[in-house]
Amino acid sequence: MHELSVAQSIVESAEREARNHHATLIEELELEIGALAGVDWDALDFALESAIKGSLLEDARIIRQIIAGEGRCGDCENLFPVENLLSACPVCGSYAVKIVKGKELRIKSITVK
Amino acid sequence: MCGTCGCGDRHHHESDHEHPYDHSHSHEENRMIVVEQDILQRNNLLAERNRGYFEAKNIFCLNLMSSPGSGKTTLLEETIRQMKNRKPVYVIEGDQQTSNDADRIAASGVPVFQVNTGTGCHLEASMINHALKHLNPEENALLFIENVGNLVCPALFDLGEAEKTVIVSTTEGDDKPLKYPYMFKEASVCIINKTDLAPYLNTRIDTLRENCLKVNPHLRIFEVSALKNTGMEEWCNWLATAR
Repeated sequence: MHELSVAQSIVESAEREARNHHATLIEELELEIGALAGVDWDALDFALESAIKGSLLEDARIIRQIIAGEGRCGDCENLFPVENLLSACPVCGSYAVKIVKGKELRIKSITVK
Repeated sequence: MCGTCGCGDRHHHESDHEHPYDHSHSHEENRMIVVEQDILQRNNLLAERNRGYFEAKNIFCLNLMSSPGSGKTTLLEETIRQMKNRKPVYVIEGDQQTSNDADRIAASGVPVFQVNTGTGCHLEASMINHALKHLNPEENALLFIENVGNLVCPALFDLGEAEKTVIVSTTEGDDKPLKYPYMFKEASVCIINKTDLAPYLNTRIDTLRENCLKVNPHLRIFEVSALKNTGMEEWCNWLATAR
């Protein structure tokens, strides 16, 4: 249930950013989360529900953008879509794959009032 | 500061300054602020502070992570027994509750600090930062952080360690790396523990090793039985010389 820590960090960062801009309300929160970031969406939704209570995010619309995984083969340099951490390179079969996309855990933007 | 253009708090865009691009966003109504910030940024920054502290004092820090019951504390006890005359050893113990593990480590004669996370399922960099102020480890020391027994959550949280170390025991089966790949992908060192029990189980150590390397071909693997003191010499020699 590390999603609770992630949810709390989202609320803290978004609130800090909003206060820096003298905002009193966050209307929209845009998240970018990689498909290989190790975060379960349902668990994050559940954790966010309680984490936003009483915060500037209480009534915010939360937009989630999922970033698909991409890996680069360490042996043949091939770049290919990766759906899980056990993907072998489709060209040479090597497991020495470096994940180059899909591990993001980012707050992209907030819309404030 | 205005998140769209970076200008100061008092916005008079028409008169105060000119922008070389279209600057039509309104500050009275809804404003979109580009944040582009890592959600775990605070943890990651604190982890880097810890890392700087370790570097300055030449402390070699390992973050030990595994399922509950893989033998982390037994491995630590045996490691301490073999290492404490070679290097100063310190331990930070993470558990949801009790000081049982810290008591066991204290009995082996090295300084230990217990962190109880309550309901928390992993240690975070701030907890290590706090623990370090109490432990105050001396220079050139070995510092072990025994994370909360959990093969999932701790993988996500950098503590500032030099080596993320995953411990997997033969009693857990040989497909653990495939079932919990995040931990094995993040780790740089893997200890296969309880090798003495393998003959009595369906676990094949070579299959377990292969599965580890499938998830992470760069893993440095040690095979040990901490309880029977087999394979410990190679692990301890590496600890003594690794940087």
